[in-house]
Amino acid sequence: MSSVASEQLPDAAGRFGPYGGRYVPETLVHPLRELEEEYFRAQQDPGFQRELDYYLREFVGRPTPLYHAQRLTEDLGGAKIYLKREDLLHTGAHKINNAMGQILLAKRMGKTRIIAETGAGQHGVATATVAAMFGFECVVYMGAHDCDRQRLNVFRMRMLGAEVVPVEAGQKTLKEAVNEAMRDWVTNVRSTHYILGTAYGAHPYPVMVRNFHRVIGDEARRQVLEQEERLPDLLTACVGGGSNAIGLFYPFIEDESVSMVGVEAGGEGIIPEKHAARFQGGSLGVLQGTRSYLLQDEVGQIQMTHSVSAGLDYAAVGPEHAWLRDQGRVEYTYATDDQALEAFFRLSKLEGIIPALESSHAVAEVIARAPQMSKDQIIICNLSGRGDKDVQQVAEKVKM
Amino acid sequence: MLRPVNRIDQRFQNLREQNRKGFVAYIGAGDPDLASTEALAVRLADSGVDILELGVPFSDPLADGLVNQLAAQRGLASGTTPERLLETVAAIRKQSNVPIVLYIYFNIMHRRGLKEFIDAAAAAGVDGLLALDLPPEEADEYEQLMKEAGLCSIWLIAPTTPEERIAAIAARGSGFIYYISREGVTGMRQDIVSSLDERIAAIRRHTDLPIAVGFGISNAEQVRQVAADCDAVVVGSAIVNQIAEHGNAPDLPERVGGFVQELTEAL
Repeated sequence: MSSVASEQLPDAAGRFGPYGGRYVPETLVHPLRELEEEYFRAQQDPGFQRELDYYLREFVGRPTPLYHAQRLTEDLGGAKIYLKREDLLHTGAHKINNAMGQILLAKRMGKTRIIAETGAGQHGVATATVAAMFGFECVVYMGAHDCDRQRLNVFRMRMLGAEVVPVEAGQKTLKEAVNEAMRDWVTNVRSTHYILGTAYGAHPYPVMVRNFHRVIGDEARRQVLEQEERLPDLLTACVGGGSNAIGLFYPFIEDESVSMVGVEAGGEGIIPEKHAARFQGGSLGVLQGTRSYLLQDEVGQIQMTHSVSAGLDYAAVGPEHAWLRDQGRVEYTYATDDQALEAFFRLSKLEGIIPALESSHAVAEVIARAPQMSKDQIIICNLSGRGDKDVQQVAEKVKM
Repeated sequence: MLRPVNRIDQRFQNLREQNRKGFVAYIGAGDPDLASTEALAVRLADSGVDILELGVPFSDPLADGLVNQLAAQRGLASGTTPERLLETVAAIRKQSNVPIVLYIYFNIMHRRGLKEFIDAAAAAGVDGLLALDLPPEEADEYEQLMKEAGLCSIWLIAPTTPEERIAAIAARGSGFIYYISREGVTGMRQDIVSSLDERIAAIRRHTDLPIAVGFGISNAEQVRQVAADCDAVVVGSAIVNQIAEHGNAPDLPERVGGFVQELTEAL
């Protein structure tokens, strides 16, 4: 395993091995270069880092606890389970780590308008929040189907002063919202910064989003060493585009004793158009700026997807995940809708923590693995978001 | 082996000799079906169209405005696969010598395999490809294969493209340079940007290739206005709109041909 090389990726062209790159219309090429230059300048600028750290601490609520889930551990009877409590962050999910980083960047670049796409609405809410905080105009694109199933977040964004644009094209979920955000950006690129919400898209987004989220793994690593005086045996995280997963995994990449599992959305099972597990039914392709694994048909049309969780319901996966999978560094599996729902209730009832449906996929993997591990082993599960937004959908689904 | 001159180069040479400006017409392939595309192509060639751009329907056309998105949806709904589209190009070739450029999202050719797709396109009688989401930086292999197949790589230049990048793109182009007259997606606009002549002059400093201008041009007045600064004018959404309106009419080719004739006569 070439772990040292992994640390240095992506290369100057934004590539992780054969994945990544910058596949965009010409109008966006130069703006993306400017973004890249400004991002790397900011990354080297202690003033920028200080400002970001300040807002992450005082506004966002970092660090988040690494919490020992005692009853879940006892119930499963195997490995000791820790939850990285990103659900406790302001706005309710990890998404704000990246939104905060990017809004400070937008400020630096003198942009006046912010756009974003959102699936479950957590990235949209995080973006609307930081836009309100710094006085930016904000437009969020959200699939019309997602607007229905995550209505609470639509209200939150509007209350925060953002304009939410329901996207009616295609299957009316995250992929179509990204298309529409790209169309807006290509039209208004001089005034507008696009706060892309996951470790996906054209360079520099995958590396930038990863770096804004690596705080999750940096904290978790420090915390587990403090609390257990050793590294964990296993990390689990759900993977839509893959931002919370790469944020947790990245700082552990060099720790060869630490296994990692990314959990995709298995939907109703691995049947075309019934899931969003790109590493199960997908193949190499180019979509929305990058080269990675996609769910597509034999001629390259993008397939429909399904997941109970809007945030994982997406046809492509971040390029760095494709690379880590090729390297054998991270294993990717999936949880079905039913497994995720079971995990949702189990964590709620045993720990008093209602997880987001997305994060429930990572919990489902803990439920599958912990019993097979010994009691002196340690799992860290990224609890990337809280489930308030899902309460209505789940209640309707199980007829509570 | 001496390669036959590409039809695009040939056409621009003829235009220069006749001291005329070119007219590039865009339609979505398979809208409303491929039989109509074939009939429309032949009719458009007879209506003064110098180059025909055929949009390859894609599920996620993120550089396109609503008019062309809907055309792509109709194209997909009518069963337009890349393979059937190339069969249609071959059928058009039997009736017309109009140069044909495929306007395509990269994933379609990536999926088939670049070499296989490019060779199949050349064999069918395609003259050039315009890959919307493939910037030159990602295109080394593509360009090589295009050269080997004798196809023109049509590159876009945008209002946001700085001059040193214009130089790099222009050096790699063949056939013609496609200047996008404004930031944005495809679609009709009321007004035409004012600084067009300066931008075209900037491109001309770096290339002798013909320059076509498109995005937002929808009526005869705009065609005339834009043509003054460049070598060819591209009209897309306005024609696609006509197809959307008259898609089921038995005389669709005549109606669209008539509409386009008014535009080409403005040149």
